[in-house]
Amino acid sequence: MGTPARSRTLLMTNAVEFLSVSRLFGTVRAVDGVDLSIKAGSFFAMLGPSGSGKTTCLRLISGFERPTGGTIRIFGQDVGRVPPNLRNVNTVFQDYALFPHMNVRDNVAYGLMVKGVDRRTRHAKAEEMLALVKLDSYGDRKPAQLSGGQRQRVALARALVNEPQVLLLDEPLGALDLKLREAMQDELKALQQRLGITFVFVTHDQSEALSMADTVAVFNNGKIAQIGSPADVYARPRTRFVADFVGSSNVLDPAMTRALGGPEVTASLRPEALRLVPAAGATLCGTVTGLRYLGPSVRVTVQMPFGVLGVMVPAGSPCPEPGSSVCIDLAPDALHVMEDE
Amino acid sequence: MTRPAILAPRGPGDRVSALFWRHPRLFTALLLAPPLIWLGVVYLGSLAALLLQSFYSIDEFSGLINREFTLATYAELFRPQNMDIIIRTLTMAAMVTLGAAVIGFPIAYYAARYARGHWKAMFYLGIMLPLWSSYLVKVYAWKLILAKEGILNWAVDSIGASFILSGILALPVVGGNSLSTSYIGTWMVFLYIWLPYMILPMQASLERVPTSMLEASSDLGATQFQTFRTVILPLALPGVIAGSIFTFSLTMGDYIVPQIIGNSARMIGQAVYQLQGTAGNIPLAAAFAVVPILIMLVYLTIARRKGAFDAL
Repeated sequence: MGTPARSRTLLMTNAVEFLSVSRLFGTVRAVDGVDLSIKAGSFFAMLGPSGSGKTTCLRLISGFERPTGGTIRIFGQDVGRVPPNLRNVNTVFQDYALFPHMNVRDNVAYGLMVKGVDRRTRHAKAEEMLALVKLDSYGDRKPAQLSGGQRQRVALARALVNEPQVLLLDEPLGALDLKLREAMQDELKALQQRLGITFVFVTHDQSEALSMADTVAVFNNGKIAQIGSPADVYARPRTRFVADFVGSSNVLDPAMTRALGGPEVTASLRPEALRLVPAAGATLCGTVTGLRYLGPSVRVTVQMPFGVLGVMVPAGSPCPEPGSSVCIDLAPDALHVMEDE
Repeated sequence: MTRPAILAPRGPGDRVSALFWRHPRLFTALLLAPPLIWLGVVYLGSLAALLLQSFYSIDEFSGLINREFTLATYAELFRPQNMDIIIRTLTMAAMVTLGAAVIGFPIAYYAARYARGHWKAMFYLGIMLPLWSSYLVKVYAWKLILAKEGILNWAVDSIGASFILSGILALPVVGGNSLSTSYIGTWMVFLYIWLPYMILPMQASLERVPTSMLEASSDLGATQFQTFRTVILPLALPGVIAGSIFTFSLTMGDYIVPQIIGNSARMIGQAVYQLQGTAGNIPLAAAFAVVPILIMLVYLTIARRKGAFDAL
């Protein structure tokens, strides 16, 4: 009695599983043998540049693409032969894809309408969802009468009204301006924690992925370059690509690592792990070649004898002039050794 | 020497551009003047003349036109033989439109959603090709195809399916001696001739429906039929209406196809042709010509009320 129940719970812990999944478009390997498991109830980000396969992975989960090879499981069930309308998975589209000929209420109630829920019930549910995304009293408007941020919320309500097991979000914040994007990041995170639904989120914005997700998968050329917690991916990039893409690390070739006191290997070095120090007693000195003001900090580019380094200086602390010579210091554990690609 | 902030005009081109820049309305006025004069004088003018003629009457004894305002000519339209013509034409136009929509939709849908590059060019070529050849030649070609001794009959005979054709031709009203002398034949040829005018606007409106909208519908649980009914059709409706305006009004005004193919029962176009030609009854011809215009206005009003243009 106990064994099947236990294996069942074990299976149930993964909302989505990819077992060596591939998707080819002609000869292009958009997704190339990806193995992946997404824990139920987690906020999972797929991060990568355009063409890295992250959106195709999302479309494989929703069913808009079929894998060329491999197996996809949603809550333990193989969905290889299941069309999108029979998957208990809903998507928030990049362009929101709201139906322009329906008002907001009918848009939100659409999923219930096609499942045959009566008008009264589905409108009540739609209003409930609109309240959840703070759009009560907008039900009678047409999508064209809403702002970008409001449309985004309608798209979210329209997906959530179906109580999906997994919610997929395809660059949902891409079209919003910075201020709104940050507010929506907080709201999405809070919503996910409240509802306990698994969110799978595609983005090319590393700060978005790091700030919202529990787990980040970094995609490159149809493969997962690294998968881990945001802190892990940020502080311990496994490859040069991850170090380059996530944040603004200094990527050091073996000679540079050696010059900074490390072993002769490729390594990454976070610019905030470097400090500018007085020249007295310092051994690592160079010339400032550029300054980039970032608000809370200033990124200083320093030409060292062995190469160029970026150093993050908190705003407010003294900042060197371009052309002046500076000396740097680094914490002994700041160097992070990477795999060769 | 410092460089000047204002560059000297190089010639009349710069001066004219500057003039238009300072007076943007002048530009739009010049842009619109020629077509508006054409539309106003030639197009609307002839329409007004037509309308005016329809309020005159004809003296039955002398055959002269009595230029006094009267509704008597319109009353004549309600005579049974004239009502027959109107109802026959209306029914034919409606059937042709329906047929064109049903046959044209899958083609337009395929072209809008799946055809790419090479195939898209083939689609346009295939749709436009019949429009390049003479209308009369095409109609006569169909006469040969549909005649009793024609290709179609021969082909149907040689596969031993002539009983199907006989069955169709034995239908009351729409049937006849052969396809080329029946309503079915007239309908087939109309359908062939006006089909491109239905497909092209439908394809244009279907092309504007983003794929993500269809995916969203299916993502939310809709079957393909539900997606068609609740998303594709409402969004494509302006195109279907535009296409139907073409097929409907072109069928209503045509007098060549029913003359060459079909039985001897007349349609509005033929009535107009004979009334103003052989009979010299221009007022009644004008009144007949107003009928399609009124029908189109009613049709568009209903379409508007039903929300056909909401997605525009």
